Amino acid sequence: MIRFLTLLGRYFLLLGKVFSIPENSTVYYKQTMREFVFLGINSIGIISIISFFMGAAITLQTAYNTENPIYPTYLIGLGCRDSIILEFSSTIAALILAGKVGSNIASEIGTMRVTEQIDALEIMGVNSASYLILPKLGATLLFNPFLTLISICVGILGGWIAGTQLGVITTEDFIYGIQYAFIPYYITYSLIKTVVFAFIITTVSAFQGYYVTGGSLEVGQASTKAVVYSSVLILCFNVILTQLLLS
Amino acid sequence: MIRVKNLYKSFNGRTVLDDISVTFEPGKTNLIIGQSGSGKTVLLKSIVGLHEIDRGEIWFEDKLFNKLDFRGKKEIRKEMGMLFQGSALFDSLTVEQNVRFPLDMFTDQLMEEKTDRVNFCLNRVNIINANKLFPAELSGGMRKRVAIARAISLNPRYLFCDEPNSGLDPITAILIDDLIKEITLEYCMTTIVNTHDMNSVMEIGEKILFISEGIKCWEGNKNEILHSDCEKLNDFVFANSLAKQLRNSK
Repeated sequence: MIRFLTLLGRYFLLLGKVFSIPENSTVYYKQTMREFVFLGINSIGIISIISFFMGAAITLQTAYNTENPIYPTYLIGLGCRDSIILEFSSTIAALILAGKVGSNIASEIGTMRVTEQIDALEIMGVNSASYLILPKLGATLLFNPFLTLISICVGILGGWIAGTQLGVITTEDFIYGIQYAFIPYYITYSLIKTVVFAFIITTVSAFQGYYVTGGSLEVGQASTKAVVYSSVLILCFNVILTQLLLS
Repeated sequence: MIRVKNLYKSFNGRTVLDDISVTFEPGKTNLIIGQSGSGKTVLLKSIVGLHEIDRGEIWFEDKLFNKLDFRGKKEIRKEMGMLFQGSALFDSLTVEQNVRFPLDMFTDQLMEEKTDRVNFCLNRVNIINANKLFPAELSGGMRKRVAIARAISLNPRYLFCDEPNSGLDPITAILIDDLIKEITLEYCMTTIVNTHDMNSVMEIGEKILFISEGIKCWEGNKNEILHSDCEKLNDFVFANSLAKQLRNSK
């Protein structure tokens, strides 16, 4: 328990250092743009591929589970839309990003720690925590909602292509389904979750990397811990946010 | 000038530095020597504030560094340059970007002025036509020289070098030593070098501090080191068989 509280304290102390005033806003801006590419744009591919196939699978599963004349076929489109918006594009995509982006952040910062690059920053008088973590945090907080929107669009596209090509639903019914009883707040809910999950992924992974001691073995362990802890926290906060935002 | 007074540092109850007091003078290459694990790196990192000390005082000129807050330390750190054992160049930046980094962070110079300064520093350490290379594309000696160029880019008053010759061949090691000595004289810096390389000691050791098991055992210069009464120092200095033979033949 004391160990957990110590870790929690260190985490919040690190956040305190991260949110201090940047030494040079131009340098931070350039760093943030760089992180947009590394953590954001480079994730579009994996998110699109996974969203496409998940959308297709959700559509087919919904179709097989509603194979009954009393259910209108447009429910397949509706089921696909709600599953993707409410759960898949925010939570499942966040778990995927925890694996890709989280391990990347932890290993990058961890390697900088064990090769004394962070010490070099400190010696220069640079706030290393802020310089290394704040641009990443800014990039993920701003870009992950776009990833979620892309995921929603590509997921629904995947569902439509799979549904129509495999003959389980017509285009008209699918489009009617995805428009039926649409609640715009679901998008807001999904984006709020995405922002919270982006914060968890970035800060937890950065925390794991920043306090690495040892060598390459420990960097690998920190990377694994970053993914595991981020994933568990995402699942916990998914429940909390769902209760808070949808009840 | 840097003064260390009664410095104590321990890790998990194990004392690593025990009552170290020493003065490092400007315009001189001050050496901290000792066996591996004797506490040299801990002493250097304590002086620059990378380790919090348990007790004692660290003075940079008239400022008590270890009692300053983050902002106060930051002001002094802008006047520090440090060469790390593994060079610690930023992997994601090119040679030019690495050397320009402190200028980007702490000056309002125009890009042209910064580029001129970067080229001057790189020329000073004899790095030519490598501006666009990444650290992974450089040899060990080149990395050390780029790290020196980065360390001097802001004209620091204090230069700290942690094992600058580790992993280098003897000829490159001498080049690095000479470079450190020249730069120290040129900019009248207070330079502290951590080493266990006796070639470095005899080459650039204007003031030498010998520590063993965290205790200061001896202080002097390179001319005095061969005639010391300190047994531990003699064991260290005459550790290899050639040195032993030379000593016995005397």
